[in-house]
Amino acid sequence: MAKVLLEMKSITKTFPGVKALDNVNLQVEEGEIHALVGENGAGKSTLMNVLSGIYPYGSYEGDIVYDGEVCAFHNIKDSEKKGIVIIHQELALIPYMTIGENMFLGNEQGSKWCIDWNKTYAEADKYLEMVGLSDSSKTLIKDIGTGKQQLVEIAKALAKNARLLILDEPTSSLNETDSRALLDLMKKLQKEQGMTMIIISHKLNEVSYVADKITVVRDGSTIETLDSKTEEIPESRIIKGMVGREITDRFPKRHDVPIGDVMMEVKNWTVFHPEFAERKVVDDVSINVRRGEVVGIYGLMGAGRTELAMSIFGRSYGIGISGKLLLHGKEVTLRSPKKAIAAGLAYVTEDRKGNGLVLTNSIKTNTTLANLKAISKATFIDKDKEYQVADEYKQKLRTKTPSVEQLVGNLSGGNQQKVLLAKWMFADPDVLILDEPTRGIDVGAKYEIYCIINDLAKAGKSVIMISSELPEVIGMSDRIYIMNQAKIVGEMKASDATQENIMSCIVGVGAESEGSEA
Amino acid sequence: MNTFSIKNVLKKNVMAIALLVIFVFFTIMTKGLMFSSSNVASLIDQKAYVYILGAGMLMCMLTGGNIDLSVGSFLCFAGAVAGVFSVIWYINTPLSLLLVLGVGLVYGAILGFLIAYVRIPPWIATLAGYLAFRGLATQILVKVSDTSAISNFSPEFLHLFSGNIFTSPVFQVKLQKLGLWLNIPCLVLGVLATAAIVVINFMTRAKKAKKGYEAEPVWFVAVKSVIEGAIILILSFKFSSNGDIVFEDLADGSRLEVYKGGIPVVVLWLIGVLLFYGIITEKTTIGRHFMTVGGNAETAKLSGINNKLVMFVAYLNMSVLTVLAALIVTARFSSANAFAGQNFEMDAIAACIVGGVSAYGGSGSIIGMVIGATLIGVIDQGMSLMQIDQDWIKIVKGLVLLAAVVFEIVSKQGKLKIKKKTSKKEKVQKA
Repeated sequence: MAKVLLEMKSITKTFPGVKALDNVNLQVEEGEIHALVGENGAGKSTLMNVLSGIYPYGSYEGDIVYDGEVCAFHNIKDSEKKGIVIIHQELALIPYMTIGENMFLGNEQGSKWCIDWNKTYAEADKYLEMVGLSDSSKTLIKDIGTGKQQLVEIAKALAKNARLLILDEPTSSLNETDSRALLDLMKKLQKEQGMTMIIISHKLNEVSYVADKITVVRDGSTIETLDSKTEEIPESRIIKGMVGREITDRFPKRHDVPIGDVMMEVKNWTVFHPEFAERKVVDDVSINVRRGEVVGIYGLMGAGRTELAMSIFGRSYGIGISGKLLLHGKEVTLRSPKKAIAAGLAYVTEDRKGNGLVLTNSIKTNTTLANLKAISKATFIDKDKEYQVADEYKQKLRTKTPSVEQLVGNLSGGNQQKVLLAKWMFADPDVLILDEPTRGIDVGAKYEIYCIINDLAKAGKSVIMISSELPEVIGMSDRIYIMNQAKIVGEMKASDATQENIMSCIVGVGAESEGSEA
Repeated sequence: MNTFSIKNVLKKNVMAIALLVIFVFFTIMTKGLMFSSSNVASLIDQKAYVYILGAGMLMCMLTGGNIDLSVGSFLCFAGAVAGVFSVIWYINTPLSLLLVLGVGLVYGAILGFLIAYVRIPPWIATLAGYLAFRGLATQILVKVSDTSAISNFSPEFLHLFSGNIFTSPVFQVKLQKLGLWLNIPCLVLGVLATAAIVVINFMTRAKKAKKGYEAEPVWFVAVKSVIEGAIILILSFKFSSNGDIVFEDLADGSRLEVYKGGIPVVVLWLIGVLLFYGIITEKTTIGRHFMTVGGNAETAKLSGINNKLVMFVAYLNMSVLTVLAALIVTARFSSANAFAGQNFEMDAIAACIVGGVSAYGGSGSIIGMVIGATLIGVIDQGMSLMQIDQDWIKIVKGLVLLAAVVFEIVSKQGKLKIKKKTSKKEKVQKA
């Protein structure tokens, strides 16, 4: 048995109100490729942030033993000094700098006061060769593709004398060929340099291909570590570990709602990325939703769910949008969110702080924002009516706040989500698209949000609920679409759905991947 | 639940209280000179342009802390163009005013288009105007006049933007006991405005109470009305008694005392502009759209607001108000010259900032801007009356501006802490 390079012992990390990691143990041997798998929110990235010092020593409990000694990293610099280098999911390269400049950013070559550019580029070329990239180190980052950019990240890590390389979803924005090349490079580094690597990935086929050991993380705990060197591990075995929790009565029963006619239908919907115009983020998607129905769209992050929703909602995302959108059986073209709202659509964003609410405004003004017409005459706002409306929704959704004059920025996540829901309920749409409606809020508030969703269905609205939480999708939906890598890869009745067969839909598609969550 | 508290009221009105304190301070330091009719009147007359440009700048800043640097130069240009139309080309007054307004609309539309649709950063697009219009205006004035200034504006033109109305002797009255002349229409206007404010205050309160909404206590509404009414009445009294007294020799050898009082035209313009923009920002969906774009542009877009149109209108509006300010400034000096409008953009921006308009957009009010502009004006005038050097006045104004921003940011700090906490929570969920 090889020497243990890294051991993380009973790591516990709590944020206000949430236990993100609960007594996690991880052991990585020198020279192995170790995979961390788990659902979104399971705690993988938090664990790696603890390891690399992003969450400094003292902010967590437990010990990190690296190379035989207990470490106390206070920041990223500390961990990098020891040779622990993390490559994040979103590439951290600066587009208008050269490969060489990027590689030695913060690690400049030359004397203390003067950068030696000849040395910089010579060194850069050396490492680029190591990762098999033939481009000159003087090429600008913006001129090379994402696959090559990922290689530059690895070269950059090597230049820092990495001993332990952590790759967080390295292939999430790569196509199949580039992904395979990257995985092969990992194997090569392992073989030729004895590099130790930790890879975080959703793509189980890649994990099986590259990893020596697989650790499954679920709900902030390590569930098990599987050794794929000694035995072949089927993907279904991994999935079982990932989803192994039981669905209990975390979801309120829906009163028997008669499901009506098709309210909205999308046919052959295709959307391209706004910046990388050749990349399809939504590929030939056809879905529909009926009156009184809750339709779940399950998919991992980066599957293209948000892109689908936003492109339907008045083309607020993407370019080159093609396909048909039918409302009440009639084809419509909605060129702006304003038109989409007028046509009876509502998009409740996953990013409530970023594009859902105005944090510096009151609950009152946020509530009425999408339907100012209803509280104004000839552009004059009836402030009494506005107050009344906001107060009504506050009571209806049980938003916890002393007054609707309170600034939204001062509310907790769950209450902010309620304000966001109130805003779109007041707009009185026929179809509500809820994007991750329970992200970042506590269990109690989640239950209340589920009740609101049921009430909406009861009131004859059509609800599309996008979620990356399996139990939520199964527990709340009448029907489920499964989306992966820009395509709909499965559709099933909620009564037929199990966590395992949903996951197999996703795994069944293979390794081709495009698009990332905007 | 009632959230009314004296503390909140004081917090909200810190700048107004600061203004009052500073005004009293200068009144004492100048032995009452600061509070004299002529000084109070000239404070408003001289700074009229700041209030008007400030209203436009407020609309720009609301959309996200965007500013217009070309205001001063364009004001100079608009004045020169007005002079060319009206004085050099002898075009009649209504038509030349329309033409100048047209010039403003054209510039505003181009600027708005560049900023909203071509996405040029506002300060760069307006920096170009800042440079170009100053040069253009100077060239025009040099070409058409030996003194590089256009004067001889028609009285018709001047009376629209300067001077007084209700100046006839029938409107003047002398309080014999005090030896004080007063202009009656000016006082009547003040009394009417006071009455209107009191009625509106109490009616709003009554309406709220009737519908069972959160309402301030009656005594507070009364105190508020008294303060607001007193300010208006004092101002109208000051303007009313600000006329000149001249003596005319009559045929029978006696001398007749004639009082030249009236309501300044500029004041009427100010009331109109400030009321209009006050209502727009506070009461209408238009104002709400501006605030939302500044508060969170992405949210605004996804809520069905046309962000680009909002930006376009902000700069179109700014140019129109600049034209109005140009006419007022030109009329005040009866001349259009190449030095008009220097640093006016900075005065307008400073008025907004001191008046609590957020430098990041999304919040601010006309009344705040007015208080800000007045506060700077009072410091300016008070120190001048104390015969303090101009350089020192600039230093003090700079420090006041800084203090106002620091106060603004620090008083919001409590809220920031909460934001940080929640964003950490968010991270966990994403991990």
